[in-house]
Amino acid sequence: MRDIEIAELRNLTQVIKDTYNYDFTNYAMSSFKRRIQRVMDVFKMNSVQELINRLKEDRSFFHDFVSEITVNVTEMFRDPSFWRVARDHIIPNVLLNADTISIWHAGCSSGEEVFSMAVMLKEMGILEKSKIIATDLDPEILDKARAGVYSLKNMELNEKNYIRFQGTGKLSDYYTVRDGKAYMDKSLVANVSWRQHNLVSGPVFNKFDMVLCRNVMIYFNQTLQNEVLKRLHESLFKYGYLAIGSKESLIWCEIANKFIVVNNEEKIYKKIKD
Amino acid sequence: MTKFDLHNRYKAIVIGGSAGSFQGITKILSSISEDFNLPIIMCLHRLKHVRNGFTEALSIKSKKPVIEPFDKENIKKGMVYLAPANYHLCLELGNSFSLSTEDMVNNSRPAIDITLDSAAYVYKDKLVGILLSGANKDGALGMKRIKERGGLTIVQEPGECMIDTMPTAALEATSIDHVLKVDEIIRFLNELDKLYK
Ligand SMILES: C[S@@+](CC[C@H](N)C(=O)[O-])C[C@H]1O[C@@H](n2cnc3c(N)ncnc32)[C@H](O)[C@@H]1O
Repeated sequence: MRDIEIAELRNLTQVIKDTYNYDFTNYAMSSFKRRIQRVMDVFKMNSVQELINRLKEDRSFFHDFVSEITVNVTEMFRDPSFWRVARDHIIPNVLLNADTISIWHAGCSSGEEVFSMAVMLKEMGILEKSKIIATDLDPEILDKARAGVYSLKNMELNEKNYIRFQGTGKLSDYYTVRDGKAYMDKSLVANVSWRQHNLVSGPVFNKFDMVLCRNVMIYFNQTLQNEVLKRLHESLFKYGYLAIGSKESLIWCEIANKFIVVNNEEKIYKKIKD
Repeated sequence: MTKFDLHNRYKAIVIGGSAGSFQGITKILSSISEDFNLPIIMCLHRLKHVRNGFTEALSIKSKKPVIEPFDKENIKKGMVYLAPANYHLCLELGNSFSLSTEDMVNNSRPAIDITLDSAAYVYKDKLVGILLSGANKDGALGMKRIKERGGLTIVQEPGECMIDTMPTAALEATSIDHVLKVDEIIRFLNELDKLYK
């Protein structure tokens, strides 16, 4: 198999930028290259040039392209210890000074993280007081999130995570099984607004008490992480909380000094400066 | 003179291992010199949902602390790195790591193939790949990539492995430079290290 060259990736991202105004230039090379290889395999293309031509000629193909190159793997209650800290410390802290809480899930993928949040808030008795916005780049995965239908195989893992999270009930209280699939209780997300949004170029559209952007910036290089972090910072109220993935770190970002670490193990930060 | 044709242009060592590799790994980590120069990057199959404990278990036996890198952490000389639970560990051009939650490869996340392949892409002929005992084929393709890009490939001698599926698969996938017992791998690493002093 011939290797994809860096120059080919640059051509490709340039064409996408020029044609569709989506900027993948600063995605982390290693995973982006694998995703491109994957797209070429799925659509049986022999060269990056063939992919470029297709993108230039066929606008409807871009939709499929985006959903193939984004990595959508997710879980409910991923890192159960994170969710325990959110429940026992972070959310109560926000509610010390306010009656309501606003939350943004940036890069929500197929919605598992949002359903986890909703289940948790419901068990805390404050789901009605919460305003949640969930966004992702990939419109197709957002459709999946809106539907809230998951495979039973994935639910096994989700159940295990929920048990480690030590919720007050059973995860099965929140879904029904039909035709071998789990249908989430839609009342959980009745107040969730799902929107397509690009973290790279999209607007700062609101301010929140808490922003979750977990396992999204790992697909960006450091330059882009810096830029996106500035946007996330702008999207937080002063003293609002930012949660990133458990193996991500802010320390080398330019505006790290505008945050303090609230929980290093779970990677929860608090905005302390505008 | 030694039987290994060594030079000091290598920039990193990657090690893959799975079932039955813990003993070999700890023996290697306890036998390399304290100021071993090259970065050692390990991808070992591990429980997906146990985040803590593994680096500690390895560090107890190791001459050097074993750390799980954060996303975009720089790769430093003399450090020993371990792929974290439930993430693929990749290497980026410009000498840093990145993490990914892509689908499992060979039923594994972290997958050895991904670490080895991305390391080979970055280091080309300046990479040494070592594959130890294991019960599936993960790592075979990665070793092939290392070989294709001019790196040096070593597998643990199948006869010494608790489970030899992994090194055997690598031997079938590509031509392996050295088939060695763990003790010989240690000798190899220490002789290599001397060239950097
Ligand atoms: C691995 S998922 C993370 C899901 C969830 N937050 C978690 O931690 O399990 C990464 C998501 O980021 C999204 N994404 C990638 N680039 C993006 C961008 N530029 N803007 C918004 N979302 C993006 C992908 O579509 C994908 O759904």
